[in-house]
Amino acid sequence: MVNLPSEQITINLGPQHPSTHGVFRLRVTLDGEVITDVEPIFGYLHRGTEKLAEERTYTQIVTLTDRLDYTSSMINNQAYVLAVEKLAGVTVPPRGQYLRVLTAELQRIASHLMGVGFFLQDLGASGTPLMYCFRERERILDLFEMLCGARVTVSYMRPGGVFQEPPPEFWPAVRHLLDTTPDAIAELERLISENEIVLARTKGVGVLTKEKAIDSAVSGPNLRASGVAWDLRKADPYDVYADMDFAVPVGSNGDSYDRFLVRVMEVHQSIRIAEQCYRDMPGGPVRSELPFFFRPPPGDAYAHVEASKGELGFYLVSDGGIAPYRCKIRSPSFINLTVLAEMLIGWKVADLMVIFGSLDVNMGEVDR
Amino acid sequence: MESPFDRNGLFSGLYGFFADLTPESFAWLAYLLAGVVVVFIVINGVMLLTAFETYMERRVLGRFQTRLGPNRVGPFGLLQPFADVFKLLIKEDLRPAMADRLTFFLAPVLMVAAILLVAAVVPFGPNTFLADLNIGVLFIVGIPTIATVAMFLGGWGSGNRFALLGAARAVAMLISYEVPMIVSLAGVLLLAGSMSLVDVVEAQRLPFIVLQPLGFFVFLVAASAEMNRSPFDLMEAESELTAGFHTEFSGIRFGLLQLAEFGELVIISAVLAVIFVSGWQNPFVSPDYAQWLPGQLWFLLKLVFFLLLFTWIRATLPRMRVDQVMAFAWKALFPLAIINTLVTAVLVVAWPEPEYGQLWIMAAINWAVAIACLVLFSRFLERHRERPTASVQLVEIPAEAS
Repeated sequence: MVNLPSEQITINLGPQHPSTHGVFRLRVTLDGEVITDVEPIFGYLHRGTEKLAEERTYTQIVTLTDRLDYTSSMINNQAYVLAVEKLAGVTVPPRGQYLRVLTAELQRIASHLMGVGFFLQDLGASGTPLMYCFRERERILDLFEMLCGARVTVSYMRPGGVFQEPPPEFWPAVRHLLDTTPDAIAELERLISENEIVLARTKGVGVLTKEKAIDSAVSGPNLRASGVAWDLRKADPYDVYADMDFAVPVGSNGDSYDRFLVRVMEVHQSIRIAEQCYRDMPGGPVRSELPFFFRPPPGDAYAHVEASKGELGFYLVSDGGIAPYRCKIRSPSFINLTVLAEMLIGWKVADLMVIFGSLDVNMGEVDR
Repeated sequence: MESPFDRNGLFSGLYGFFADLTPESFAWLAYLLAGVVVVFIVINGVMLLTAFETYMERRVLGRFQTRLGPNRVGPFGLLQPFADVFKLLIKEDLRPAMADRLTFFLAPVLMVAAILLVAAVVPFGPNTFLADLNIGVLFIVGIPTIATVAMFLGGWGSGNRFALLGAARAVAMLISYEVPMIVSLAGVLLLAGSMSLVDVVEAQRLPFIVLQPLGFFVFLVAASAEMNRSPFDLMEAESELTAGFHTEFSGIRFGLLQLAEFGELVIISAVLAVIFVSGWQNPFVSPDYAQWLPGQLWFLLKLVFFLLLFTWIRATLPRMRVDQVMAFAWKALFPLAIINTLVTAVLVVAWPEPEYGQLWIMAAINWAVAIACLVLFSRFLERHRERPTASVQLVEIPAEAS
């Protein structure tokens, strides 16, 4: 094999590119088709969420968290309200906690479906798997619309519980969703999981080793695909996750295929959790009453949840006023993105989008 | 005078009509006029089929993807292609500053011309064709290669790096897939004993798909690579190269490129119908019996069948990577095509003038060889012997006390 020298070319993938999942830019240097250097550039979606939070009351900030990772707003809400409750020592009635877990798991299904769908779209599957995923996601968003009128930017949770009691038609709709979604996911799996081309494109591509994943503080499905059994719902249970019976899918190779499969299997586990929430849903109020001008005592608190992309943490500092003194967000996508450049070197352009897609990064969360 | 038009019924009729109108010494004018009318009909027929194909593909793909597809313009959205063309015509024609003026202009024109040229030799029905070229089979695999040159011109001339990458892929890939495509047709030529497409159709007492399963498979795959359809749509890989070689084309230039692309799909489907499923003949009875339907309609039905088949493949399969695509051409398709040719050659020598019953024996042997080869090759090329989904396991973790 003779390696012919060729002139390297630099191409800009993004910020406007069909598969950069938002406004992400990669300056890629290529030798023929092979990637020799990558420089990720972000900041195109910076909205100053952390700074804006200092100007708003604790309840108003919930709306800001919707817009972080706009594919999993419920979980963002949950992470934030948990931090506030920890800061102020507020207790949540059981029904509120169950509703939170139920909606958070539904949101996780929606988010994972979107991640898997776009990953397959990046593989070039001309839309069919993506539409299958979106069909299911759409039904979950319909449920959210019943709960709070919004589909994507839900703002459903409040410090102390959730916004309101679900309408009566919500429960049959949840039942129907839990009955039919597993079949729809199975349909997708039949179509794609053992497809020879998918296997050839993803098996062994973009390997993230266990050590590298831990060193870089990667979290969420990406970490679990690398073989680390770590899930905050198990390691540091919040709300009522301690009572829930579910398993954690853990990969062994840390390649793109494992990351894809971990997400698909987590969808099944989320359905299992939602099923338990539906079955055990207690009665009572959904929210403990807080004063209109809610002032937590001075101090600080950190709360983290297992968001669909990884560990989402909120660090809040209160000076006793109606707005936090500081709100720091530990967003999983941003930290997961730090391993990308290293994973890409030596792969082909076609693999770039596969590896990037398999990390399931959301730019709204990267640029806070 | 022996001319390629002699077996064309429409042409002869028109020629007679115009010859009556023109003086004796202007016979060439009658010949020219008749030719222009027939060419006009064929080109517009192909264009109309292509327009219909874009509509059908979008509708069918829509149904595959649990959505509706275009349904607003005209009844059932049937006028959508015309609305699209109109939109493309009135759009601003942009030429990037870095583009090479000549190649950028030439690429779409050359591509459409190459595709329409192939339509010249395709027999659409009994006595319904433009020319019965005696090297027709060579022509239909040779001429689309010009489209490859056009792709490269377009990609290079755009002055865009995405386009350049797409163009480089196009050249590398299409040249590789020419080889198995041509070799896969060798078996058909041996059986038919002629390169004329009309003769090929008339030689099919059994459709060649029955006699040449392996040749059909290789040709189908190579052809879908040749016209850069999924899963080989590397040169315009949307998720990687935005739009590959036609990234910078807009307005009607883009329209022409799309026309060429879908036109090639229609033409290749037509060629498949002609070569492998006996063109205008009724596939269910021997050609000596009545046809039930006009030959042109049979042909159209088979054409639509192949269009739907290609749509189905597009809706199902993800894209392969460039090195995998090349490896597949050389490691799988090329040897398969060679094996097919050898086996067919032996059979043709064994039965030079086969009876109807002997044809079935040939078919049985070919099917046995095809299945054996496909099984062997899939074993040989297989990467994952254990179940692939086993790499991810469910782990029960006890919940920590909070």
